[in-house]
Amino acid sequence: MLKLLLSRLATAVPSIVGVVVVTFMLTRLLPGDPAAYFAGLAASPQAIAEIRTKLGLDKSLPEQFVAYLVDLAQGNLGNSLSTGQPVVTEIATRLPASAELTLLALILAVGIAIPLGVLAAVKQGTWIDHLCRIATTAGVSLPVFFTGLLFAYVFYYLLQWAPAPSGRLDVFLSPPTPITGFYLIDSALTGNMEVFWGALRQLALPAISMAIFSLAPLARMTRGSMLSVLGSDFIRTARASGLAPGTVVFTYAFRNAVLPVITVLGMVFSFLLGANVLVETVFAWPGIGLYAVNALITSDYAPVQGFVLTMAVLYIALNLAIDLLYGLVDPRVRLDS
Amino acid sequence: MTAVPALAVEDLSVEFRTRSGTVKVLDHVGFSVDKGETVALVGESGSGKSVTAFAVMGILDPAGRVTSGRALFGGADLLALSEHDLAEQRGRELSMIFQNPRTALNPIRKVGQQIADVLVRHGGATRPDAPRAAVEMLKRVRIPDPERRVEAYPFELSGGMCQRIMIAIALACRPALLIADEPTTGLDVTTQAVIMDLIGELAHESGMATIFITHDLALAAEYCDRIVVMHAGHIVEAAPARELFAHPRHPYSAKLLAATPGETVSLAELASIPGGLPDLRRPDLPACRYSDRCERRLDDCARPLPHRVIGERHTVSCWNPL
Amino acid sequence: MNLLRHARYVLSENPVTGLAFGLFAMFLIAAIFGPLIAPYSPLQSNAAMALKAPSAAHWFGTDQLGRDIFSRVLVATRLDLSIAFASVILAFMLGALSGVAAGYFGGWTDRVVGRLADTIMAFPLFVLAMGIVAALGNEVINIVIATAIINFPLYARVARAEANVRREAGFVEAARLSGNGEARVLLGHVLPNIMPIMMVQMSLTMGYAILNAAGLSFIGLGVRPPAPEWGIMVAEGANFIQSGEWWIALFPGAALMLAVFCFNLLGDGLRDIIDPRQRT
Repeated sequence: MLKLLLSRLATAVPSIVGVVVVTFMLTRLLPGDPAAYFAGLAASPQAIAEIRTKLGLDKSLPEQFVAYLVDLAQGNLGNSLSTGQPVVTEIATRLPASAELTLLALILAVGIAIPLGVLAAVKQGTWIDHLCRIATTAGVSLPVFFTGLLFAYVFYYLLQWAPAPSGRLDVFLSPPTPITGFYLIDSALTGNMEVFWGALRQLALPAISMAIFSLAPLARMTRGSMLSVLGSDFIRTARASGLAPGTVVFTYAFRNAVLPVITVLGMVFSFLLGANVLVETVFAWPGIGLYAVNALITSDYAPVQGFVLTMAVLYIALNLAIDLLYGLVDPRVRLDS
Repeated sequence: MTAVPALAVEDLSVEFRTRSGTVKVLDHVGFSVDKGETVALVGESGSGKSVTAFAVMGILDPAGRVTSGRALFGGADLLALSEHDLAEQRGRELSMIFQNPRTALNPIRKVGQQIADVLVRHGGATRPDAPRAAVEMLKRVRIPDPERRVEAYPFELSGGMCQRIMIAIALACRPALLIADEPTTGLDVTTQAVIMDLIGELAHESGMATIFITHDLALAAEYCDRIVVMHAGHIVEAAPARELFAHPRHPYSAKLLAATPGETVSLAELASIPGGLPDLRRPDLPACRYSDRCERRLDDCARPLPHRVIGERHTVSCWNPL
Repeated sequence: MNLLRHARYVLSENPVTGLAFGLFAMFLIAAIFGPLIAPYSPLQSNAAMALKAPSAAHWFGTDQLGRDIFSRVLVATRLDLSIAFASVILAFMLGALSGVAAGYFGGWTDRVVGRLADTIMAFPLFVLAMGIVAALGNEVINIVIATAIINFPLYARVARAEANVRREAGFVEAARLSGNGEARVLLGHVLPNIMPIMMVQMSLTMGYAILNAAGLSFIGLGVRPPAPEWGIMVAEGANFIQSGEWWIALFPGAALMLAVFCFNLLGDGLRDIIDPRQRT
């Protein structure tokens, strides 16, 4: 397992290098004068020149790249123009909000998609199979920002079941003592049930919107791989040995079928991290997605760059975790590496 | 005739529904296996040998359907049992081993656990005892270093080893009947012989009845007491192995025999059988499904297939036998 | 002929694909004739008619400036589909050419293309698209480029795999032996043979491209008001959801959803017709 970890870490290195190079290039691609962009719209020529020197844009590209690497190594992503705060701090304080939302959405998506896919495969051709097929095709077709808005309209405006789509917690409640930064976990740990329910109510609609969007590839893959595993030779052996149906479906079929599903998790995370930006915009969720969108509107580039880099690094880390999970489930990968 | 049949299959018909029509895969098939006896089901691929076994085991593909017949086993009709009751019998009273042992084992479960699963399921061992019982089973199928091998995954073992594991799984609960479906396909020749000897010995030890499915007539003759020849979902001839080898009566058996390399036949004499199996989706299937390929065909052959007893335990379904 | 019979079989097996073709025709008509059919000008504001619920005169209601939403949704079809289509074509050209070259030549061509695709895939795709549009500038053309770039690896991988399989195929060998240059073999013999599979890939990614482009304009990238575009119209409508004016966001959102749904079904259907092996 350690060998697997090391070999996977080694494959992540070129990805990280690529990501760093691309984010560096993105700032240099800025049309016109990057310094003017960084200085903001109302800057004087003098201010722009100052910024240029300050950002090192008067140096050659390789020099700039080295400076960028040095900054990165020191954890410096520049400062936000609109708040004047270091981007790293702002992203770090907002990350838990995004992470809590995204993880809850993932748990929901996995919790619905996998049983649905398994049932659809086991009961192939029945109504549950059709339901699965409709849900998967419709799910990927739903623009996540649109579902979010519809939910807000129906559950907040019409039914008034859900709180106003604005932020992580009702203004009358104060956030729990930060331990993990996740409101649900922190409030549960401190035994503050009022805040727990408040936070859950705020989380419900954005998390469900994201879950519906990312559910489709999981359910589809679960159904497909379950079907192919159920038709395989070793399932026939298991049945011919008289093993109980539960053992056949779960211990034998499902554990094999889950392997391709784990591979699809990478794509699901790509979906979720992108959907996160849109859902945060709809629900005024104070995470890094909304932070980036606000920065985009004001042409504040450093936060956008920091955001893209953070998301990419997170995504690489998640893919690494997926690889290791795969190794845990599949001995062929674990022992062959 | 004091032999008691362990399994008696009577009048078994199976259909497969496909997109291009219904395929009559088995048509009124009947044969029996006595306790301690080894019977071979022989025929080309597509003749219905495996389907017969799957139908008896109740593990037919969902597209397949038994349309008539009985399979009497230990006083009960296997085909009439509920899925639940049948699952109780499978693995305990009747077992099956398959071709391609490497794919027939769960790739991500330790082989010891796979043996233990069957033992625990059928009360052959309790969970805590199961690992030791699994090691015992590996010893019975003569796997060297069994304590280490129970911890192995199938991909770490050779094809021959995997087939021994399959045998260990099948025989874990000492069944009364074993169906071996081409158990040596895909193994090299020396391993083939070892596996066949192993099955034979274990069957002999426990007085188990064995159905051996193969397309290799020579192998069948070497290891089996009786041979049942199948063609396109019909049983065309059934006879003691030696008698069939000496005097095949059905034209198809004779051709099959001529196509088998053996001591008495030189390679030059090896004949291939002309034509292929008929399309079983045809609505106008002839009564004798071999008649289109048969050189001894008569006008009589259009009449319903006869079931002629022509010797002790020797039957043939032909109007014009040799 | 055979393909036609197979197509008919697939359609009869799966009537939903027929529905998808119908929807596709509807969107095509809206895209081509939208501005001609629209009952009102999509840009003409009318303060007196602001925020009116759907009625006989305004089927989809009016927005905060009194513009007719039905007309705007209809006219937006062309822009939304053009962005998606252009990006898919661009992704196809980039991906197919580099992928085929990578699969055919192998060696360093393969490594460069592979590394490029891997680097793009190392990003969450929508996030990368955001970064690209932000860097290149807030223009429609940059949405097309960004969407093409994030779709590029898919095409490159499929093309690479297919070209790799066909490199040793008989007809390629024959073309080479009859004195064709490598470029000719590649473009004239390998590329046409992987076209059916690439077509399936294109229709499968079309829905995603529409979704991606609309997502970008929803957060204010690319398309700028007052241009009618589904994503931006939903964004405008979002401000009125909490006060109950549902129609402003609903109709453009529904159009968007229907378009994506249509292309996803179409992609699945096309795959069943062209490449039945991949059916799940």
